[in-house]
Amino acid sequence: MSRLTSLAAPVFGALSILLAWQFLLPLSGVPAYIAPTPTKILSVFFSQTELILSNFTPTAIEALAGFVFGNTAAVLFAIIFAYSKFIRQAYFPVVLFFNTIPILALSPIIILIFGLGMTTKIIIAAIICFFPTLVNMIRGLGSATHNEEELFHVLSANKFETFMRLHFPRSLPMLFSSLRIATATAVIGAIVGEWIGADKGLGALIIRATFNYQSDQLYAAIVAASFLSITLFAIVAAVEARVLRHHSQ
Amino acid sequence: MAGAAIEAQGLNIGYRNGAKTATVLSDVNLTVEQGEFLTILGPSGCGKSTLLRVVANLLEPLDGTISVLGESPAAIRKKRETGFVFQEATLLPWRTVRDNIRLPASVGGRLAKPIPKGRVNNLLGLLGLEGLGERYPSQLSGGQRQRVAIARALIDEPRILLMDEPFGALDEITRDRLNDELLSIWRATGTTILFVTHSIEEAVYLGQRIMVLGANPGRILNLHDLTPIKTADNTCRREDPAIVSEIAAQRALLAQAS
Repeated sequence: MSRLTSLAAPVFGALSILLAWQFLLPLSGVPAYIAPTPTKILSVFFSQTELILSNFTPTAIEALAGFVFGNTAAVLFAIIFAYSKFIRQAYFPVVLFFNTIPILALSPIIILIFGLGMTTKIIIAAIICFFPTLVNMIRGLGSATHNEEELFHVLSANKFETFMRLHFPRSLPMLFSSLRIATATAVIGAIVGEWIGADKGLGALIIRATFNYQSDQLYAAIVAASFLSITLFAIVAAVEARVLRHHSQ
Repeated sequence: MAGAAIEAQGLNIGYRNGAKTATVLSDVNLTVEQGEFLTILGPSGCGKSTLLRVVANLLEPLDGTISVLGESPAAIRKKRETGFVFQEATLLPWRTVRDNIRLPASVGGRLAKPIPKGRVNNLLGLLGLEGLGERYPSQLSGGQRQRVAIARALIDEPRILLMDEPFGALDEITRDRLNDELLSIWRATGTTILFVTHSIEEAVYLGQRIMVLGANPGRILNLHDLTPIKTADNTCRREDPAIVSEIAAQRALLAQAS
């Protein structure tokens, strides 16, 4: 298959589904309040730009802040756990238990402490990102080969040098694979946080549009949330491609 | 040159697991002179690699004494007097060839030796890596990677080079070429080389002396001088009848022992 075909195929696939949705769905008798046509959804972005933007921005800020804080905390904890056997044995089970609590069950407590503002959503997004990155990063920090460890021993490298020159660079592929997943989960965290209690944000817009049967707004909010996830993913993937361009042997 | 490169007496090597010990190689008595090229030959499981690991201070002997250049292996390691080459090149993929060769200068804190200007370029030339300094390991062939690993081991001008089946994973043609290059490096640097291999041909071709180990239990079968069948600078032709019959003799010895 030529390069052009391999690029054109997914575009054709998406377009064919959108066209079918646009023209066949109304004929099948599905009411517009359940599934509006693509053009109707698209028109929301032009006719109600202000509404979409004013709800997109807080969600984007919450997801991004949650992503940064959650993953930063995960990396720091992973480093502590990887290098202190005692702390790992003492506290890793606690972290494991914490992770088994459904985030929805935990959210009311976070609201009690931090109120209904943005902070709560950022914390929920951060928590949801935290655990997968923590586990991946711990594994990544231990992923140097036996020979590499011995090489650093022969060279009398100290712990800090071994971390900087071997363990940390070695962990990056695993860190990035969890960061890519975290781009989607951070957005989920922010939206779930908004469902529980918020008057702005894409989550709030989704709830409000659902109860008002404004399905065009509902679908537009979903498209906006998806756009946010894709944008975050693309940024992480671009940074990853740059940082890891020589990593494969 | 004063003193032996390596002196081992009554050395037992193995692994300690709590109170239990598993001896891999027992009763090693060995003196290696400075500048010597010693090959260590044996089947897998005979402890040939563990012996190198003791010299490199990667493993403590169970008992017996060993001195390297008159000091303990740990002291010598900290002085960077030993260079180690693994079977796998063990290059860091995110560093260029040049930066991989320079790695010893960027770890070890105050123990790290500064690299004289032009040293990396000299090594690139010595190992036939001209023009590859800015490449990454993924852009090199297996033989080129192993050359980089040797250059990295040589950067601190170690007095002892420990090589653990360095060419074991390479094709025969590349291996033969690297054998000759290693001999010319040895002649040029005068470094002591301990070279572990499971290839009988390679062991006979490279060494001034050959140490043959047997497995189960690991022990020295034969420690044998090869200089009478080679020229003064340790060269020989692979097809020389004396070399061929030496290879046959070592093969018979190993077959008998197993």
